[in-house]
Amino acid sequence: MGIHEITLLTIFAPLLGAIVTGLACRVWSNQAAHSMTIGGVAVGLMSALYLAHWTLIAHPGFSDNWTLYTWASYGSSHFDVGFLLDGLSAIMLVVVTFVSLLVHIYSIGYMEEDPGYPRFFAYMSLFTFAMLCLVLGNNFLVLFFGWEGVGLVSYLLIGFWFKKDSAAEGSLKAFLVNRVGDFGFLIGIALLLSYVGSLDYAEVFTKAPALANLTISVIPGVVWSLPTLICLMLFIGAMGKSAQVPLHVWLPESMEGPTPISALIHAATMVTAGVYMVARMSPLFELSDVALTTVMLIGSTGALMMGLVGIVQHDIKRVIAYSTMSQLGYMMAANGVSAYALGIFHLTTHAFFKALLFLAAGSVIMGMHHDQDLRHMGNLKKYMPWTYAVFLIGTLALVALPPFAGYFSKDAIIEAVFLSTLPGAKYAYVCLVLGAFVTSFYSFRALFLAFHGKERMSTHQRDSLHESPWVVRVPLLLLALPSVIIGAVLVEPMVYSHAGFLSHGEITVLPNHDVMTTLHHHFDGVWHLVEIAPQGPAFWATLLGLGFAWIAYIKAPALPNQLAASCKVCYQVLVQKFGFDWFYQEVIVKFADSTSQVLYKRLDMGLIDGGIVNGSGRMVAYVAGLMRRLQTGYLYHYALIMLLGLVAMVTWFMLRHYHIG
Amino acid sequence: MDAILFYFFWEAMLIPMYLCIGIWGGANRRYAAIKFFLYTFLGSVLMLAGLIYLGIHSGTFFIPAFYDLPLALPIQEWLFVAFFLAFAVKIPMWPVHTWLPDAHTEAPTGGSVVLAAVLLKVGAYGLLRFSLPVVPDASAVFAWPMIILSLIAIVCIGMVAMAQTDMKRLIAYSSIAHMGFVTLGIFVIYLLGHVDAARLGYEGGYLQMISHGFASAAMFIGFGMLYDRMKTRNISEYGGVATAMPVFSAFYLLFAMTNVALPGTSGFVGEFMVILSSLQANFWVAVIASLTLIIGATYTLLMFKRVFYGPIQHGTVEALQDVSVLERVILILLSLFVLGLGLMPDMLLQHIHASVDHLIDLSLAHKVGAIG
Repeated sequence: MGIHEITLLTIFAPLLGAIVTGLACRVWSNQAAHSMTIGGVAVGLMSALYLAHWTLIAHPGFSDNWTLYTWASYGSSHFDVGFLLDGLSAIMLVVVTFVSLLVHIYSIGYMEEDPGYPRFFAYMSLFTFAMLCLVLGNNFLVLFFGWEGVGLVSYLLIGFWFKKDSAAEGSLKAFLVNRVGDFGFLIGIALLLSYVGSLDYAEVFTKAPALANLTISVIPGVVWSLPTLICLMLFIGAMGKSAQVPLHVWLPESMEGPTPISALIHAATMVTAGVYMVARMSPLFELSDVALTTVMLIGSTGALMMGLVGIVQHDIKRVIAYSTMSQLGYMMAANGVSAYALGIFHLTTHAFFKALLFLAAGSVIMGMHHDQDLRHMGNLKKYMPWTYAVFLIGTLALVALPPFAGYFSKDAIIEAVFLSTLPGAKYAYVCLVLGAFVTSFYSFRALFLAFHGKERMSTHQRDSLHESPWVVRVPLLLLALPSVIIGAVLVEPMVYSHAGFLSHGEITVLPNHDVMTTLHHHFDGVWHLVEIAPQGPAFWATLLGLGFAWIAYIKAPALPNQLAASCKVCYQVLVQKFGFDWFYQEVIVKFADSTSQVLYKRLDMGLIDGGIVNGSGRMVAYVAGLMRRLQTGYLYHYALIMLLGLVAMVTWFMLRHYHIG
Repeated sequence: MDAILFYFFWEAMLIPMYLCIGIWGGANRRYAAIKFFLYTFLGSVLMLAGLIYLGIHSGTFFIPAFYDLPLALPIQEWLFVAFFLAFAVKIPMWPVHTWLPDAHTEAPTGGSVVLAAVLLKVGAYGLLRFSLPVVPDASAVFAWPMIILSLIAIVCIGMVAMAQTDMKRLIAYSSIAHMGFVTLGIFVIYLLGHVDAARLGYEGGYLQMISHGFASAAMFIGFGMLYDRMKTRNISEYGGVATAMPVFSAFYLLFAMTNVALPGTSGFVGEFMVILSSLQANFWVAVIASLTLIIGATYTLLMFKRVFYGPIQHGTVEALQDVSVLERVILILLSLFVLGLGLMPDMLLQHIHASVDHLIDLSLAHKVGAIG
């Protein structure tokens, strides 16, 4: 088999599993369903590993850009379905298939008693397929197909328990907010087509430098740089998918879906699609300082803001969800300062430790009989030692303490933002350092509330508390391992090597944005990175966060309530999540609602149908009614009218004659 | 290819549809049937005058002869208006669309399907066959008003669809909004500098027309299966259908996704091509047209949520039987069309290139100059 066939195998093996299981989901046993889908994804992982080895290690700099078939043609142009395998997509391939496989296995335990078991597995494999299309596409069409495809599966899985109103509501919200992003994304794609004449990455990137000095005037009198407009439009898409402020509101609601989904889709893979996309589009984003600055500012703002909201959440899944948004902010900030390799690196490490945290939280939720409230937990380490151990590892990786995975990626991002010369970089830097403190605080808060302290669960819950089965624990352990070591292993090839995974033209960085070179100079081996950790402020911010959390949730558990009471305004702002939801609900939704009512009742039914259409009907009836009165049948009426007519005609002729004469 | 035959069958279409609504329709069938008939008939009368004028001047009613007939601009404009009224009512374009929701709601399922899938298409077909190639200069003159009407259909009618509580009315309004893309794709060719972009829009509009034929048929047939069981069009009397009819719901989800133009389904192809082409004409036209991504998703998925998701609240829903074998066959066939056209639209497109190129050449020609 050639590389093309293996690429196809990677993509279509999960799809095959999804289709067969989906069609057979009403007759197959649970075991058949999960064997089929896990088989498909396992084949996907095997071939992805082979491709990654081929591309990254055996043939560094390998790039394979090919067309499968012509999707649509018109005139002399056509849109193709084609794939691109290079270092960037190879990394994503492995991340996606690896996490997907482990989540599949984990779900055997987690979804055991669910009546929709086969359907669940079919959806997950379908998701894997769509995500692989997204990362392997060689043009914007395939990218958009995958982009909307993962959105669809996310919609289906958030609404998996569709009998619950909150799940139905959450899935709708996720789809619609994503659609707002896709709206911008589509405009960006259309702009590219109209100025470049092609949707293929290769052609777009070759011609991109020629766009640099073009301008466009979308509002008369206001002239925009074309790359800026294109990149901002594309970035709107990334904001939707990657839950960036202000299009982030759907992600907390997505927690209505089953927990394995939160791990796979809403932490490790789909939500990072925006980060991947911006990195992939680096030749475009590099052309616009405005766009890069926007990416950086939105990313860093979200990193801090969402972390703050995470502090006041009581639902263990929502804490992790806000943490995900915050971490996505870090990745975007890295992209914004042109440290795309760091963005992808953090995406990779984050995929492992965040999937781990979610799955560990799922294990807690199973133990607690689907109670997700941190206030009902406490001292779980006594009952669930395995879960505690992996949750602790995930937390340490998340808060970026060396030598855990998150340290290598997150610390470097903070460093890169510090070095950036973009306007607003100082603000972003402050946000990210404060974010490190906040991350540490909410992470240890969740850890302490769940696993330490007093036991606050009901006696019924306590009596049936149990550690999860092996089928759940094995995936946790398999994720815990990379959460510890993956940062140290990958930091050199992905970030600091001149012959690394991403240094063969996968990403483009213009010299004036190049913060990575300076970082390279500081690099002196992996161990050295660990040694210099205490020199950065982020390390101390993290420890400070840990200390605060320890005081507030172990030493003096009454403190948080006192603090909340003493600063009601701050607390309310956080509980209301800075008011985004309120704004969308009260302003946008109500506005759309009343507009549609007005358009329907007043314009459509009232004016057009009632006024003009039925009005003309009535008019005909009215005129006919008048005419009918004339047809009286009385001879003298007709005679009178004849007489009047005669008089009128004679008068008219006389007058005319007089005038002319 | 004969204008008289065209007109004859154009009007003949009305009779079975009129009877179909009038006899087998719902409670308000008489109003709907008469409204349908008068609306479309009044539109067509002027077309007859136009056809007679063309017939007299070219000495034949052979349609391709009309293409070569040189016409002065004012005459072209009159002819355009005469044709346009007939076609716009059929498509239907805003603001001559109000017969459609009534006709759809009152018509039986079969009637709705024929109405949406076939009858609406002849309007667009008429534009492609008559208006543009016969009176190209006038079409160019009226291109902007037509585009604006199309955008109003896409955005305003989409918003109107959100306000619907009657399932069939909702699908009807969504039909009007989708047909807006057909007319947008057709008329946007006059704003485009180079012919490749025009082809993109034109073929996009054409494909949207074909796709809408299947998608709206699927929506109506699917709903018909529900209506047969429940005898109500009122969305609020449903809820939780996914629990009672899982197989049916899976199919309907696919149809709903075509309606929201998800890539991979047929609904995406036309909208995508039309939006890409209209951006090359004008940034704001594309932006407004793209709002359909949000609006279309809102009304479709809101409906889907209300009908299929949530707990079962009515005993009638609880008693629903899932689809039978025959119904399954119908749904599978429709799904194959929807997916096939979405995944490989070129299967269809490669066969229409030749005729589209020919029609675009005619549509972009200048007849006024030929008079000299």
